[in-house]
Amino acid sequence: MTDMLSDNETQGATDLFSKFDPLIEMRKGLLSTGVTDPFGLVMEKVISPTVAMCNGRETILLGTYNYMGMTFDPDVIAAGKQALDDFGAGTTGSRVLNGTYAGHKAVEEALCDFYDMKHAMVFSTGYQANLGIISTIAGKGDYIVLDIDSHASIWDGCKMGDAEVVPFKHNDIEAMEKRLRRIPEGAGKLVVLEGVYSMLGDIAPLKEMIAVAKKYGAMVLVDEAHSMGFIGPNGRGVAEDQGCLDDVDFVIGTFSKSVGTVGGFCVSNHPKFEIMRLVCRPYVFTASLPPSVVATAATSVRKLMHAADKRAHLWENSKVLHKGLTDAGFQLGTEEPQSAIIAVIMPDLERGAMMWEALLHEGLYVNLARPPATPANMTLLRCSLCAEHSAEQVQQIIGMFTRAGKTAGILG
Amino acid sequence: MTMDRAETSARIAALIEPFNKKGIEITDATRFTDDLEFDSLTVMDFVAEIEDGFDIIISMNQQAEIENYGQLVDAVVKLQG
Repeated sequence: MTDMLSDNETQGATDLFSKFDPLIEMRKGLLSTGVTDPFGLVMEKVISPTVAMCNGRETILLGTYNYMGMTFDPDVIAAGKQALDDFGAGTTGSRVLNGTYAGHKAVEEALCDFYDMKHAMVFSTGYQANLGIISTIAGKGDYIVLDIDSHASIWDGCKMGDAEVVPFKHNDIEAMEKRLRRIPEGAGKLVVLEGVYSMLGDIAPLKEMIAVAKKYGAMVLVDEAHSMGFIGPNGRGVAEDQGCLDDVDFVIGTFSKSVGTVGGFCVSNHPKFEIMRLVCRPYVFTASLPPSVVATAATSVRKLMHAADKRAHLWENSKVLHKGLTDAGFQLGTEEPQSAIIAVIMPDLERGAMMWEALLHEGLYVNLARPPATPANMTLLRCSLCAEHSAEQVQQIIGMFTRAGKTAGILG
Repeated sequence: MTMDRAETSARIAALIEPFNKKGIEITDATRFTDDLEFDSLTVMDFVAEIEDGFDIIISMNQQAEIENYGQLVDAVVKLQG
């Protein structure tokens, strides 16, 4: 016995963190060039949906997905404060036990009205909505056919479930059809698509893709996280805009972008949808959203039903910025503006980080996106516009990009 | 119309050629990431070529089990039924 113990003592311990060494080295290399850590920014004070204080400097926010600027809407804030007073700071429970308050039902009703659908189920985050729905509905022997550029939450939902996972080339209708055709007869099929792909800001040809999916008897899930509130006549997303929302079986969305708070959801007309509340583990085994959050979300969702003017202004902002950056000589993720995301392609991570820092010094915050989150190993400066950005701010932004582009040697 | 292992291997060898940038000699033991240095993008393109070439699906779940050339040939033989 004692011999065995001493044997154990002499064994070298394997550091479970050694697998992160390449990333640690890469970060060290990047930071040794003297640039500010792009993943360590702190917002010291937030002044409005479009302005915050960062490093003591007033900074225009152009990387917050706050598309409709609802974070400081007076009605939204008032609803949150009232709910804090009336229902307290948190629910301390699962939706299926003690965590369903009047506010949770109210926000689900608001979503049913917003999408004109029969069922809505609210999750604690958008990530959990994809994780929960995908892993639960596609089981052993079923097939998930998905775009290779899908968001991490979609991939993680696939990984958590037991279905066969079959990716296809981004937005490639033919590649998708080939894979659907090869699935064994009788197997369940789920096609997973996004309305707007958040890295390059490009949209999917949903109408064509969904028609193909239906031809092969697949159910269709569309993540409209980056289009809700903005794209489509009623802000229901890309599927509404392309006239194919009726053929979408499940819409996944989030409260953390246009709605301006946090939380995720799935809306559906499936007659058996309510059973999800009992079988979907990321819904059951977590605490529900705080009362103030669902109150702000419900108020915001209802206001977004009547936000046509803001939608029009946001489109205008997107077009002006896209043209301004193109004219300045930057390479963008899409030829035409397709959403409220404009991705500026950087030659490499080092110069991307330099450019990001130069912009921060100018007083502009954008997202630095790098592999593996980006397609084709690109480094991107991702800009997301807000309906509350004024026309003057957009012009300021173009000026800041042009100056920073020269400082960082991106522009000639 | 099923192919035997040798026939399948010959066809895969032809399909792998444009991806074998360094002209490494392919044996059953050749590993895709370690020896051929395939990154995730190359893997995706290569898998699509194999899938189209044999009209089969190699799901991500099955790909996770395939590390070397021999395993790929075996999987393709099996998937053709």
